[in-house]
Amino acid sequence: MTGSNYQSRVKVDVVIPTNTRFLGLVGSIGEDVAREIDRYSGDREVLGYNLNLVLTEAMANVIAHGSNHRRNGGIKISIHVQENELLIRVKDKGKGFDLKSVPPPDLDNPTGGGLGLFFIKTLMDNVQYHQAKSGNVLEMRKQLR
Amino acid sequence: MNLELEEIKNATILRIKEKRLDAHNSPEFKDRMLKLLENGNVNIIIEMSEVRFVDSSGLGVLLSGFKNAASLKGGLILTGLQSQVKSMFELTRLHRVFKIYPTLEEALGQD
Repeated sequence: MTGSNYQSRVKVDVVIPTNTRFLGLVGSIGEDVAREIDRYSGDREVLGYNLNLVLTEAMANVIAHGSNHRRNGGIKISIHVQENELLIRVKDKGKGFDLKSVPPPDLDNPTGGGLGLFFIKTLMDNVQYHQAKSGNVLEMRKQLR
Repeated sequence: MNLELEEIKNATILRIKEKRLDAHNSPEFKDRMLKLLENGNVNIIIEMSEVRFVDSSGLGVLLSGFKNAASLKGGLILTGLQSQVKSMFELTRLHRVFKIYPTLEEALGQD
């Protein structure tokens, strides 16, 4: 990989059981991806932590808001790196939630609420949430430099 | 969840012997802290040097412990934060809420 003049593609697609005991597994996949990315000039340890965190938060969010999740075959997570963009998609078939309805946390008067989405929105460059009959998708993008 | 308890001076040291404090183990951690407070151990030092990852629920539980200890005229202070863990406190500005000491010795000196 050393000396290559192109960004090799990283494509990870996994289905994780809807259980908090697998949060660490999802997070470690994020850390591994951070190590595999070519031509990243930033701090890889920080990127690894941040990917660990956004994946952990996204999955915990699905578990907290999903309904009937045990019958719906787990949470589909895809992590794709192409060119200089990292795209994480987290799909589930739970009830979903309205991304815009979650107010930002008041960091001056902290209650502990809303920090998960705060992390996701702060650490990623673009965050969108789509709800459809076929399932909900949280899309998180980050430009890699 | 693996926690170790130790009483030193007037403080209870709670060592988190886990690599992660996240939505999986934070509910149990919250219960353990509440039990300590209910039993009159209102001065708590959380020793976190083995924790390399904390998520929003972990921060929320620590904040709740801090507020509960304060309401009982006690205190909850943090020590041994790894640099990336400390960054999460800074990002959320919670480093301004908690008293954070690099080492247990310094925390005990202040307690």
